Amino acid sequence: MADDTNIGGGGGRFPPTRWSAVLAARSDDPAERTRALDLLIGAYWKPVYKYIRIRWNKPSEEAKDLTQEFFTRVIEKGFLDRYDPAKSRLRTFMRVCVDGMVANEAKAASRLKRGGDAVHLSLDFASAETELGRAGPALREIASPDSTEDFFEKEWVRSLFSLAVESLRTECEGRGKQLHFRLFEIYDLDDSGASRASYDDLAREFGITVTDVTNHLAFARREFRRIALEKLREMCASEDEFRREARAILGVDPA
Amino acid sequence: MSWLSDEAVARLRHSANEPDLSGTPYRFAGALGRGGMGAVFLVEDSRLARRVAMKVLDLPDRSGDLEARLLREARVLAQIEHPGIVPVHDVGSLADGRVFYTMKYVEGRRLDEWAGSAASLAERLRLFEKICEPVAFAHSRGVLHRDLKPPNVMVGPFGEVLVMDWGVAKIIRATTGAQVASTQFPDAAAPPSASDSKSGAGDTAHGSVLGTPGFMAPEQARGEVAQLDSRADIYSLGAILKFLAAPAAGEKTPRRLAAIITKAMAQDAQSRYASAQELASDVAGYLDGLPIIAYPEGFFGRAGRLIARNRAAVVLVLAYLVMRIVLILWRPR
Repeated sequence: MADDTNIGGGGGRFPPTRWSAVLAARSDDPAERTRALDLLIGAYWKPVYKYIRIRWNKPSEEAKDLTQEFFTRVIEKGFLDRYDPAKSRLRTFMRVCVDGMVANEAKAASRLKRGGDAVHLSLDFASAETELGRAGPALREIASPDSTEDFFEKEWVRSLFSLAVESLRTECEGRGKQLHFRLFEIYDLDDSGASRASYDDLAREFGITVTDVTNHLAFARREFRRIALEKLREMCASEDEFRREARAILGVDPA
Repeated sequence: MSWLSDEAVARLRHSANEPDLSGTPYRFAGALGRGGMGAVFLVEDSRLARRVAMKVLDLPDRSGDLEARLLREARVLAQIEHPGIVPVHDVGSLADGRVFYTMKYVEGRRLDEWAGSAASLAERLRLFEKICEPVAFAHSRGVLHRDLKPPNVMVGPFGEVLVMDWGVAKIIRATTGAQVASTQFPDAAAPPSASDSKSGAGDTAHGSVLGTPGFMAPEQARGEVAQLDSRADIYSLGAILKFLAAPAAGEKTPRRLAAIITKAMAQDAQSRYASAQELASDVAGYLDGLPIIAYPEGFFGRAGRLIARNRAAVVLVLAYLVMRIVLILWRPR
């Protein structure tokens, strides 16, 4: 499947010395700053677009403009300099800023007057629209302010996991472990069939043993977890924020 | 980019959180809960065909502090073998590098859930005495729990009590003979040595506050780690006693019982009970109508308690005396 945006997808990791994209986005080094913003925008643009569409009930074209406007501010106006990790999580900060921008109709209108030098991000809004269409009736449940916050969080997790899955795919292909990824894709990601394949089904289909299926899936899940946590760490400004976010996102629901 | 349905996201969350048990003799059987630094899972040990609880660090630990703390918790538990303390079976690291230990799987209810059932005050207080026993034992082995509270106490199906979650325990006096089982599979962490615990590896720095508000001694809340001794746990036991003795609406806590709680939870550590046994003994004394340390009595107080304790006998004697008096007064002249 092709990348739906040239922002964030497949980007390299940050050097261990500067693992936080949030911190790197404030760097004086233009290259590092650009890479950090690519990563953050790659993870956030879909949640932001969908949020504007649903929470603010904006038509597609207007939501596209507002999304562009929002990330232009992020890039051009040192927007993240205002972020204080001690006060809130980054995704909460992002959501509140989106609300502030959209609510301010006068400023929102000015986006139409931006000149030819304005940054224009290549974002695949069509895919975001398709995803909104797939969500279908569930979106009608998003009515209260509380549920819009949940909606943004849910879309943010979906975006983070999607990026991690794509990185896992790239990594598996690079290491000759396409079968590992294929099994992971069928067993953990695919909902298209009427019922989920069993380990026995997969073993028969690919001509391997059930133990191989178990081990390959264990590998893919372990790598997925590692990549997802790495990406999450890059999107947090502190170790404390990372731990809180990781627990919120990978939290256990005791039976 | 792949579209992930809500179901796929839920599956990924779930599988990313599960411990990677490949290469170990354990099989995943469910999630049990989450503590301060890790998650607890139910796993089946295929070697012995039994279920055990596995505590795993839930996140990669760059600094190594949490890993040291988890291993330390396992060592602490291994040092204090007592029927009221959950035994550790195994310690090691998983294929994804996360450290774990396994322990007995306790099927029971948390104390706060148990207390909500129809147990009478006397039953709750008898159970409290049982909680004091493992705590007193741990103190005798130089170990403070530092996070005693109802959710950290399990009540088993036979009324047995297990004190759980020794993750923030403090070793105030090293003991010898600690033995921790080594894993039988590759990549296992080396078994920690007793000398590590003597050095206090992973111990809490002065100024750190670990514990739970409402159940934490004042000196603990102030971060006076170096000054903490068994009386910090006595305070927490007092808070648990207060929780268990909470009167129903419109009722009052009996004065002698309230005095025990007050003494156990004294702001000044020196004014508290000297030991968990002393506290348990006072609770037993209260239940049996015997004198207690927390409530010194004068003549009338003692007489009142004796009368209350021997009410049937007192009534019989009084009835006898009244009959004698009546017979004397009405004797025909």
